[in-house]
Amino acid sequence: MNWSMVVDPMFHLPFAAGLVVALVLPLLGVLLRLRDEWLAALGLAHLAGASGLVGLAGGVPVVVGAPLGALAGAVLKGLGRFRGNTVYGLMILAGWAATLLVAANTALGSVMGHALVEGQLYFAGPVHLVSALVLAAGAAVVLPWVMPRLIRARLFPGHEAANGLPAWRWHLAFDALAALGMALGTGILGLMGAFALVFVPPWMAFRMAPNWRACLGLSAAIGVAGYGLAFAIALAGDQPFGPVLVAVLLAAGALMPLLPGKG
Amino acid sequence: MAEPLLQARELVAGYDQPVVGPVSFIVAPGEVVGLRGANGSGKSTLLRAIAGTARVFDGRLARRPGLTVAWLAQQPVRLHEMPFSGRDYLRYAGARDTPPQRLAGWLDRRMDAMSGGQFQLLAAWSVLGCGADVVMLDEPTNNLDPEGEAMLAEILGNQRGRRAVLLVSHEGAFLEAACSRVLEVGP
Repeated sequence: MNWSMVVDPMFHLPFAAGLVVALVLPLLGVLLRLRDEWLAALGLAHLAGASGLVGLAGGVPVVVGAPLGALAGAVLKGLGRFRGNTVYGLMILAGWAATLLVAANTALGSVMGHALVEGQLYFAGPVHLVSALVLAAGAAVVLPWVMPRLIRARLFPGHEAANGLPAWRWHLAFDALAALGMALGTGILGLMGAFALVFVPPWMAFRMAPNWRACLGLSAAIGVAGYGLAFAIALAGDQPFGPVLVAVLLAAGALMPLLPGKG
Repeated sequence: MAEPLLQARELVAGYDQPVVGPVSFIVAPGEVVGLRGANGSGKSTLLRAIAGTARVFDGRLARRPGLTVAWLAQQPVRLHEMPFSGRDYLRYAGARDTPPQRLAGWLDRRMDAMSGGQFQLLAAWSVLGCGADVVMLDEPTNNLDPEGEAMLAEILGNQRGRRAVLLVSHEGAFLEAACSRVLEVGP
């Protein structure tokens, strides 16, 4: 293990870009879990990966191509009024097939395909950091507005219809934010790394938190701590980042039976 | 007499096919109106028609412009994992009125750690305390013991004159105790 790599200035920028995403994705994951749509994250990540590679084949940067595919998925889901996880299962299959076919048939696609699967955090540049900060700013603006409405829609499902509220606005706004988050997360942390940040911290926080505010805080804290630990281990041990992040989060999840649950 | 909040005239409502009606009634501000009828008579469907989630086949259902409605479904959503305290639950329901004293002791407990009766009383208060013009309660005595029923009847009694309540229940004695009048509903 070469621990001096962890503090190497060369990796400060990638670390910062990933850190911002590691803070935002668990918060999005809490709402996805509340809506029973956590599979959305994996569906959107696959679409983002596929559209990123398709765009690359056409000369479009991944940081533009990936969000476009994920946003298209979110709009399709909103317009189709799909509920539950079926549509996300279809997105996973379509994204997976497209990703592997593009990767198999283009030289650059092959390299990028591996990078998306393994997580290419160390190659994150200023564009990724700016994109992550845009995502964080979007979340800071959108989440306080949509969160109480989404919670009310989930816990009191007749409320919106009974009062003639324009519910599509907040549902679509959140779907778009989740799509953007997953696209950037996939581009920066890798497909499964991004999914793990959306899935594992909320899974733990839902069991342990005494209230909603604590659930949000705990989820974000687990995401950030897991990311920091994975970054250090992967860099010092010269390991691919994505699998290390997933392993660290799963190890944290394995500790859950030892921790206090349900408040 | 004050302007009615709800007015149904020869209303026929249902889903793929009509389930209830024709039925006519008026709900005025401050009334607690009970809906009584046999299983399948369409009491819940009537509430759904008012809430806009059941289809109106015939007749007329008029809501006062700008009317706000709060609705406690027959089976309120209770998730397997629910990281909301009682206080969170009431806040996100929009229930800003101070809850009755007996509920106060449960407000810091997680919703999924409560008994069925505790959950039901908090769910009932979540719609009663939110200041809506019309509150609709569908079988709110589910899971309640006699003490809980008496408490709910007392809460509903305190609502008279403040807002209109439409209350569906199988329990005749509870309806008589809680309501200012009771309507018979049939298919």
